[in-house]
Amino acid sequence: MDDTPVRTRMSIRDLIAEATAGLFARPGRTFLTVLGTVLGIGALVATLGVAKTAGNQIVGTFSELSATSVVVSSDRGFFGQQAPRIFIPWDAEDRISRLNGVVAAGSMASVQVGNDLTRSVPINDPLGQTEFQIPMIAASPGLLGAVRGSLATGRWFDSGHSERSDRVAVLGRGAAQKLNVVRVDQQPVIFVGESSFVVIGLLADVDRQSELLNAVIIPEGTAREYYDLETPESVQIDTEIGAASLIASQAAIALSPNDPALLRVQKPPEREDLRRQAEESVNALFLVLGGISLLVGAIGIANVTLVSVLERVGEIGLRRALGAARRHIAAQFLLESTGMGLAGGIIGTSLGVLVVVIIAATRTWTPVLDPWVPLAAPAVGASTGLVAGVYPALRAARLEPVDALRSGS
Amino acid sequence: MPPANDAVALVELTGVDRTYQLGEVQVNALRDVRLLINRGDYLSVVGASGSGKSTLLNVLGLLDRPTKGEYWLEGRDVAALDEGERAALRGKRIGFVFQAFHLLPNRTVLENVTVSMLYNGVPRNEREPRAMEALDRVGLGHRIGFKPGRLSGGERQRVAIARAIVSRPALLLSDEPTGNLDSETSESILALFDELRADGLTLVVVTHDSNVSSHAARSVFMQDGRLLDGSRNG
Ligand SMILES: Nc1ncnc2c1ncn2[C@@H]1O[C@H](COP(=O)(O)OP(=O)(O)OP(=O)(O)O)[C@@H](O)[C@H]1O
Ligand SMILES: [Mg+2]
Repeated sequence: MDDTPVRTRMSIRDLIAEATAGLFARPGRTFLTVLGTVLGIGALVATLGVAKTAGNQIVGTFSELSATSVVVSSDRGFFGQQAPRIFIPWDAEDRISRLNGVVAAGSMASVQVGNDLTRSVPINDPLGQTEFQIPMIAASPGLLGAVRGSLATGRWFDSGHSERSDRVAVLGRGAAQKLNVVRVDQQPVIFVGESSFVVIGLLADVDRQSELLNAVIIPEGTAREYYDLETPESVQIDTEIGAASLIASQAAIALSPNDPALLRVQKPPEREDLRRQAEESVNALFLVLGGISLLVGAIGIANVTLVSVLERVGEIGLRRALGAARRHIAAQFLLESTGMGLAGGIIGTSLGVLVVVIIAATRTWTPVLDPWVPLAAPAVGASTGLVAGVYPALRAARLEPVDALRSGS
Repeated sequence: MPPANDAVALVELTGVDRTYQLGEVQVNALRDVRLLINRGDYLSVVGASGSGKSTLLNVLGLLDRPTKGEYWLEGRDVAALDEGERAALRGKRIGFVFQAFHLLPNRTVLENVTVSMLYNGVPRNEREPRAMEALDRVGLGHRIGFKPGRLSGGERQRVAIARAIVSRPALLLSDEPTGNLDSETSESILALFDELRADGLTLVVVTHDSNVSSHAARSVFMQDGRLLDGSRNG
């Protein structure tokens, strides 16, 4: 009477509706089961995000400014006390400036002024403090460029000042404030101990060596003449982008061809190395933890799906009696476990992203996440659920309808 | 709808055996069963516990395969069908009513009926109207939103009957449909069966209860796996 029997096809929409109904039949249990995957996926996403954010941050701080800075110093470092003293030559600035890739170079050294105080007026004013302990720094003409300094007013000294040992000085912003010097057009004079210097410029800001801002800066030639300065202590080099490594390897030889190893060269670390290091150090541990939570989550889903299969033996028998084939039963339970994995994946991804944003916000970092992470993570959750559901689904499909109907009610 | 089919019996069992192997012991649940059921028949199967009544019903319902013998359903040799085809045929042509109701506890009355049309190709938009119609037919049109837990035993069995008839099966199989019901409720279920039969449905009811079998047009008696054709009731 009927057409020849053909295997019935169940629409995916019906399957999803049945699986959803199965999941919402016990919402509390479903929620608790999903938690494991939430933790796993959340940990993975948070880990990847935090690693990326931190890596990006380190690379960010490590900006163009530090990427173009090389410092050569004769200070022998913490363990270098026994090493022979080495002198940086007075023409360091010229020697370094000749290297390809150098934008600016300048040498500097702190000058020992003993107990001499600095003041801007010749007489002591009993009403206020007018004398200060202000450090003195000797600088070469190129230093202003090398530290990317800018002047508020006046000028920086040139090689002529140094050669003539002129008693001129440039005041750092902080020093000028203390000494109450705001303009230089009247050629104000300051006294360091009994020595006087004509202030020719005020330093507004520097990008490097901020100690300059609180110092009285005089030409190197002047420091040699009046304070017996023996040698520059360090050479600041501003390089072109990408040239720092090369300059770093050449600078010591240029300054001390005989004993380059005795000079200490500080160069910026390589950008990509830094990023990778940062990401790897965060990643390794937490990815393992995330993977473990995901595994635990998968076991949880497998467990609960199996329990649910055993509880619903009667339902399985009924569905078989109503015409469901084994594959329909398997598909329903697979879809339920996949649904739990997917839900866990979506919630976990959201929480993971939130964690990244919160961590970034507390440090005022920019949260960074590879765009594939929030897309792939729910898929990973769903696959976890799918894999977890395979065994319970096979168990359910393998049930004989007669047995299922007899044992379940 | 080939008219030739009307000439053949709805069900034809010949020489059907069903044996279970329990370790060393062989249980003969069905022995050489021969049974003809025509369209519109109302058949009751009676017999002692363990005589093979449920086994017979499972074979008829394509839930179980005979170990030996032939089963023709609507002129078709069902032994030739594979599992998937048997499932499809079951979903389209056979309805079941169980002693234990087998309702889905978390689904509404309406959903418990529409679930019957998930696996037999009834289009989605036809399912609810047909389920409503079936529920009206069993007198439960006012309970469609209820969960089974809030229904009486008789009402639950009516939902199960609605679920069984909504797919318009050729054969309705029922194993102790009144086994969990009191005598008054049983009577109303039996009255419903009478009505369905009057509408042309073919019924096979397994029962212990002589009152149940008295409603059937024909009773067969089972003993030790053998089917002894009984008398026709009046
Ligand atoms: N899966 C099975 N494995 C082994 N033996 C079985 C199985 N199913 C049924 N039997 C046996 O087959 C015989 C017939 O069982 P069946 O369930 O058909 O009896 P019944 O007439 O329905 O009994 P009751 O009235 O108690 O329901 C019994 O002896 C039973 O133990
Ligand atoms: Mg039985």
